[in-house]
Amino acid sequence: MTTEHLHIDPAEKRWIQVSILVLVIFAVAVGLTGFVMGFQVPLPEQRVDPALITQEGPFAEPGLRELAPGKYEAYILSQIWSFVPNEIRVPQGATVTFYVTSKDVQHGFHIQGTNVNVQVLPGYVGKMTYRFDKPGTYYFFCTEYCGLGHQAMYGRVIVEP
Amino acid sequence: MTGEGFAHERKLAAWNIGIAIVALIIGSWFGPLQLFEHAGLDLYKYLAPGIASYYQGLTLHAVLNALIWTTFFIVGFTTLAVTYTLKRPLRYPWVNTLALILMVVGLLLAAVPLLLNMATVLYTFYPPMKADPLFYIGLTLVVVGSWVAGYGFYFTLHAWRKENPGVRTPFLAFATILNMVMWQIATLGVAAEILGLLLPWSFGLLKGVDTELARTLFWWTGHPLVYFWLLPAYASWYGMLPKQAGGKLFSDTLARLAFWLFLLFSLPVGLHHQYVDPGVPPGWKYLHAVLTLTVALPSLMTAFTVVASLEMGARARGGKGLFGWILKLPWKDPSYAAQNLAMILFAFGGIGGITNASYNVNLVIHNTIWVPGHLHLTVASGVTLTFIGILWWLLPHLTGKKLFSPKLALAQAWTWFFGMILMSNSLHLLGLHFGVPRRTALGAAPYNMPEWRPFQIEAAIGGAILFVSLILFIIVVVGTVFASKPVEKPVEMPVAEALEDPQLTPAWLDRWRPWLAFVAILMIIAYGPLLYQLISAGQFVSPGFKVW
Repeated sequence: MTTEHLHIDPAEKRWIQVSILVLVIFAVAVGLTGFVMGFQVPLPEQRVDPALITQEGPFAEPGLRELAPGKYEAYILSQIWSFVPNEIRVPQGATVTFYVTSKDVQHGFHIQGTNVNVQVLPGYVGKMTYRFDKPGTYYFFCTEYCGLGHQAMYGRVIVEP
Repeated sequence: MTGEGFAHERKLAAWNIGIAIVALIIGSWFGPLQLFEHAGLDLYKYLAPGIASYYQGLTLHAVLNALIWTTFFIVGFTTLAVTYTLKRPLRYPWVNTLALILMVVGLLLAAVPLLLNMATVLYTFYPPMKADPLFYIGLTLVVVGSWVAGYGFYFTLHAWRKENPGVRTPFLAFATILNMVMWQIATLGVAAEILGLLLPWSFGLLKGVDTELARTLFWWTGHPLVYFWLLPAYASWYGMLPKQAGGKLFSDTLARLAFWLFLLFSLPVGLHHQYVDPGVPPGWKYLHAVLTLTVALPSLMTAFTVVASLEMGARARGGKGLFGWILKLPWKDPSYAAQNLAMILFAFGGIGGITNASYNVNLVIHNTIWVPGHLHLTVASGVTLTFIGILWWLLPHLTGKKLFSPKLALAQAWTWFFGMILMSNSLHLLGLHFGVPRRTALGAAPYNMPEWRPFQIEAAIGGAILFVSLILFIIVVVGTVFASKPVEKPVEMPVAEALEDPQLTPAWLDRWRPWLAFVAILMIIAYGPLLYQLISAGQFVSPGFKVW
């Protein structure tokens, strides 16, 4: 051939077709598990003023609240360099909805061994729900650099049998 | 490509690459120190008060290695790749000189607060942590300088196209200029963040920042940034390495198509760094997840074309068998070996990258030490080890001196390879199994657990091997520049021929306007409504904090 043309080697063509197929399967799989089966990333909750959260609203008295038997909500306030509260206790099988925000810089809230993983931003409330089916101690660490004491910032969820 | 008649270009390249090497050498010392700290050996106390904390060291490590080494190297490398393959000097040499001056002034300005512990904000500088204004000004000038360098290349390409109507742009010039164009669009985000939010805020003109808006603008730049590092390495794998292996570029057409796809899809993907952010609706996150998976396609195409090109070289050198040809690759050539080892590590980095991109799967490893494990396979191996391999022909080319001890250069590549394997393997596992946080002085953390220790020791051994590799790197660079004999004949830039005449590549793969229009449309779809939402609902309420 001496004129210009889009030449693709047959083996490379097959490679590209298989690549596209695999990537489409991945995209569909994460879409289905996320939007249909409910394995969701944090969703936008409400906005707050970081200067006022310790005076008004649920973060004025952060902590665990029982909504119904086995159903809880936990308001966790992040600040340099601690979580308030840094320990909560729930019974096995409890479903806990976590609300987290920061009163100063950015922090991170990730409960070890779970999907609960939130970037904690001042001005925004992050929300995630998890059911604790296994008893034990679940640590949560601050996962975003927040200054000199960052490595000291952690807490735990104790799930009692 | 001997570089004869390109005195100014060579000088510019030498300055850029010299500064890049110094940044890499200074910045890399902190890497092993961090791994030792995690494993219980805190060497930072010996660095005080020069280096005040783990986090000041970490900031220097990331800024010098990820931003300065890469940007200066890329601008220097692009200067030569563009002018040599277009066979014409820079259209306006002063533009590129100005670019270098801006970048150097920016680097010096940013260095002051960085070294004085007034900008220990890591390379992401997330507000409301507030650095000294000089830090933001310095970074801005480095970026603006790199834009101006890009303009110098665009003028040069424009002049060449007028002089050579109908001729396909040589692949290396096309690929490296495309990278500068992508960078220009990518850095609009961080430019808006710094000029619109952080700088006025650090001067006290703006009372507070909106943290989610700032993050979204930052990651507009933050992910394409890794493609800005990667594409010059890909340019070398496609356009130079086949020549070094005795082969040809397997498909000029698909190489160009892959680069166009990178221009399109490496840009609208920033939200995959924000999957766990509380202020971005899930639909936008999922759209970016799909686009991020799309950008894996040109990388998979690259894997095929590059391996096929190298296989052709190995078979021409007498290689046989389904896999036996691999042994016939020029493994004794340090420039080749470093780049091939870089490719192997990068392949694993790419696979991990698909995990990171996968929306809800990402929840398991987001903000864990898996992430630095990943980026040390990509930027610190795939990119940096490739750039080091490039240096092993580039330094002799620029200095006219022989490579000082090819054996030590080979040892440098292999120690880097094995050091990175140990380190990134353990970091991946720590993040995956235990959710260990990244960017944390874990040695001082009260929650550092006994079951983490074996992995942290594995990482520290990797760090020690990398430390040796860094020393070998310094010996070879300093030896080549200051203590080596002159080369007998000039060392040339390797330029691979394509298997098929590039004139047969379709013309639509050498036209800029339609592709750029497509980029604009994609960026408007991927970011337009979201940014409108974030800005119109913006609450500029977070005052600054100095917390280090």
